[in-house]
Amino acid sequence: MSNNAELKRKEKYLLEMINITKEFPGVKALDGVQFKVRPGTVHALMGENGAGKSTLMKCLFGIYKKDGGRILLDGKEVDFQSSREALDNGVSMVHQELNQVQTTRVMDNIWLGRFPKKGLFIDEEKMYNDTLRIFKDLDIPIDPREKVENLTVSESQMVEIAKAVSYDSKIIVMDEPTSSLTEKEVNHLFKIIGALRDKGAGIIYISHKMAEIKQIADEVTIMRDGQWIATENIDDITTDEIINLMVGRDLTHRFPPKTNKPGDVILEVNNLTATYQPSIKDVSFKLRKGEILGIAGLVGAKRTELVETIFGIRHIQSGSILLHGKEINNKNPHAAIKNGFALVTEERRATGIFSVLNVRFNTFIANIDKYIKKNKLLDEEQIIKDTNWVINSMRVKTPSHKTLISSLSGGNQQKVIIGRWLLTEPEILLLDEPTRGIDVGAKYEIYQLMVDLANKGKGVIMVSSEMAELLGVTDRILVMSNGRVAGIVNTKETTQEEILKLSAKFL
Amino acid sequence: MFSSISEKMKDLNKKDVLTWMMNNAIFFVLIGLLIVIISVSPDFVSMRNFRNILAQASTRVIFALGVGSIIVAKGTDLSLGRQVGLAAVISASLLQAPDYAYRMYPDLPQLPIILPILIVMIVTGFFSFINGFIVSKFKVDPFIATLGMMIIVYGVNSIYFDRPPYGAQPIGGLDPRFTKFAQGFIDLGGFKIPYLVIYATIITIFMWILWNKTKFGKNIFAIGGNEEAAIVSGVNVVKYLLMVYTLAGFLYGFGGSLEAARIGSATNNTGNMYELDAIAACIVGGLSFSGGVGSIAGIVTGVLIFQVIAYGLSFIGVNPYMQFIVKGLIIIIAVAIDSRKHIKKK
Repeated sequence: MSNNAELKRKEKYLLEMINITKEFPGVKALDGVQFKVRPGTVHALMGENGAGKSTLMKCLFGIYKKDGGRILLDGKEVDFQSSREALDNGVSMVHQELNQVQTTRVMDNIWLGRFPKKGLFIDEEKMYNDTLRIFKDLDIPIDPREKVENLTVSESQMVEIAKAVSYDSKIIVMDEPTSSLTEKEVNHLFKIIGALRDKGAGIIYISHKMAEIKQIADEVTIMRDGQWIATENIDDITTDEIINLMVGRDLTHRFPPKTNKPGDVILEVNNLTATYQPSIKDVSFKLRKGEILGIAGLVGAKRTELVETIFGIRHIQSGSILLHGKEINNKNPHAAIKNGFALVTEERRATGIFSVLNVRFNTFIANIDKYIKKNKLLDEEQIIKDTNWVINSMRVKTPSHKTLISSLSGGNQQKVIIGRWLLTEPEILLLDEPTRGIDVGAKYEIYQLMVDLANKGKGVIMVSSEMAELLGVTDRILVMSNGRVAGIVNTKETTQEEILKLSAKFL
Repeated sequence: MFSSISEKMKDLNKKDVLTWMMNNAIFFVLIGLLIVIISVSPDFVSMRNFRNILAQASTRVIFALGVGSIIVAKGTDLSLGRQVGLAAVISASLLQAPDYAYRMYPDLPQLPIILPILIVMIVTGFFSFINGFIVSKFKVDPFIATLGMMIIVYGVNSIYFDRPPYGAQPIGGLDPRFTKFAQGFIDLGGFKIPYLVIYATIITIFMWILWNKTKFGKNIFAIGGNEEAAIVSGVNVVKYLLMVYTLAGFLYGFGGSLEAARIGSATNNTGNMYELDAIAACIVGGLSFSGGVGSIAGIVTGVLIFQVIAYGLSFIGVNPYMQFIVKGLIIIIAVAIDSRKHIKKK
C-alpha cells in the first residue's frame, strides 16, 4: 500500500479544501483547515468528536456556508449550495444513518429522482440492467428487485455505495461505515472500497476505529479543535501517534487502572424470559457490588433486549429479578428508576436525547421527582446546581445550560445523558454501547467514570460490541448467543477467541 | 420572540438574515395587515377598541392554552370547538333567568352560577379524557381521534339542544348574574377592565406556572420532544397524556360557559371552528406541530394578533367572507413556515 501511495503523491489532487474557516456565534468551528484528497486513495479523516470533521464535510456539501477558504474539485473552484448539487458534480456521501425508502425496491432507490424513461413511462429494463451492472462491478450480491426493507444494514449500505457510484462520484465520503457491521461484512465493504479506489475515486473515510484505519487508509488527516493538525502517509505514523495527535496530549493508556473490588452480590437475575419473542430466553446471572459486568455477543444476540427487559421497557413472561436479595418488579422504567436502576440506551438520538430541548432539561428530566418541593413547584435552584455539577464533573463542553442539546457533539451529548442518570443516584447502572461513535478522549473519561462508580459500590453492566473495551474495563463478561446466555467468563482469564466462540454457541 | 432580535443580528450574514425573515415571515405579514388597517381608518387606535379586542381575545386565549398544551405534547385537538359549543349550551340551559318564558327546564330553581360551570367542566373534561385515552392507549393519531370526537360531541350537543319543550331554539334569557359574570368589568377611575380579561390573565399565569415550574409541564415537553426518550427517562406517557387532554377539556368547559354568557345565548353551533382559530394562534405563536417547542407568551401573542386582525378587518368594513380567506391564508403560511423549520432541522 505504501508504494501505491508514494506513486499517487506525485499526481495532482482530486479535491482540495484550502484554508476553510467557519464560525458559529462564539465558536470558531473551523480555523484555516487544509484537506486534500488524491485520486485513487482512501483518505482517513480523524479527530475527536467536536474536532470539526462533520462541520468540514457539511461545508463541502453546502449544508453549512463556509466563511472563508476555497474548495477545488479537479482544480476548478466549486461552492455547492446543497448536497444535491454536490451529488450532481460527483461528490457523494454514504451516511451513518441511512435514508432509504423502505417500502420500495433497491433499484428504485438508486435511480430515485432520475428514473430512465421510455416515452412517458419508466424504462424498467434499463433500470434493472444498469443496477445489475454496477452491482457486478462492485461484487454486490443483491437482487435489484429486492425490497429495501428486506436488506440487512450492511446490504443497505452497499446499495448506498452503489448509488454513489451510479452518479459517477469522484469523491465518496463514508461516515463511520462499519459501526453496525459484522467482521465478515466489514471485509466485504473493504473489498468494495478497494474496487472504488482502483477506479480512481477518492474515498474520505471517517472512523474512530484505529485498526480499520490502518488496514484501509492510504493517508490520514488529523483534526483537533477545528484546526488542521497533520496529514501523514498511513505507514509513516503509528496508532499511538495518531491518538496523541487527536487528543493533543500523551494518552499512554486507553483504559484506566482497574481499582474496583467486587464485593457481595447486589443483583440477581433468575431465568428471565421476555414475553414477546424472539427475545431473551432463560437468562440468569449475578452482579456484585463494585463489579463491572460486560455483555458481549453478535448483532442479534438480544443484548439490548436484556438490559431493556431488566429496566422495564420490555415485558417479562417468567423469571425474577432480585435486588439485595429481595424480589423487585420493574414493571416500567419509572418503577425501575425508583428501584435504583439507570439505563443509558444504545440509540442516543432515538431514545436518549430530547433534541429540541436544552442541556438543562436533558440533564434533570429523569430525576424530576427529587426536585418537587412541598408546594408542588420544581426547585429551580437545585436543578441549576445539579446541571452545573453534571457539566463540571462530566466535563461537558457547552456554551450554556440553555443550549439545545442537538448542537453539542455526540460525545458531549452522551456525557449529558450519563450525567442525567448519575443524578438519580442509581445502584445499578446499565450502559448499552456507551462509547459508540465517541472519540478516544471521551471514551477514557467514560471508562474512568465506570470504575469510579464501581469503587463506590455500584453495580455496572456494559453492553458492548468492542472487544477491546470489554477486555479493558470489565471484571467478568457475559456472552449472549441468540437470546440465551452462552457463558460467563472472567475477563482476566478469557481471550477474544473464547468470547467469539461462545457468541456463536446457539446459532 | 422580538426581544432577542438585536442580539441575534450581530453575528448574522445575509443568508441568515434572509432565513430569519422567512422564519418570522408571518409577523411581517400581520404587521403589514395592521398597517393597512390603521392607514384606512386611523381611529382604529382607541382605548375602546383596545378593550374590546382584549375582551374578545380572552376566551380564545383560554381555549388556545388548552389545545396549546396538547400540541406541545405532540398532539392536537379538533374537538375543541364542538366541546365549547356543548359547554355553552349546557351552561346556558342551566342558567336561564327564572322569569324567562322559554326555559329549557321550567321548574329548575336558580342555581349558584359556579355549579353549572363545574358540571360543564366535568362533562368536557370527560370527553377530553376519552380523547387522551384513545390517543395514549390505542395510539390513534390525535388528528383522527379528535376528528371523530368532534363529530360525536356535535351529535351529543344537538340531541341535548333539539328537544322539548321548545326544540331547536337558541337558548337565551340568561340569568343576569351569569351574563354579568362574563360581561362585567372593574371600573378603575374610567379605565374599565373586563372580568373576562381578569379570568384570562389568571388562567394564563396558572398555565405559565404549570408549564415552566412543575413536573407536569416538563413531562409534556419531554413527551412532545421525544416520546421514546421520555419513556426511558421514567415519564408515564399515558398518564400525562390523559392529564393534558383532560386539563384542556376543563379549560374548554370554563371558556365555553364564558362564551355563552358573553354572547348572551347559545346554540348547537356555538364554538363552531374555534379549534382552527386556537390551533392557528398556537402555530403563529411559535408552537411546533412536531412537539416539544413553544411558550405561553407565544400562544397569547398568537391569539392577540389574530384578534387584532379580525377586529381590525371588521372595523374597516372588509367583507366577512373575505376575512375567511385572509384567516385561511394566515394559517397556511404559518404552518408552511413551521414545516420549513422542521425540514431545516434535518
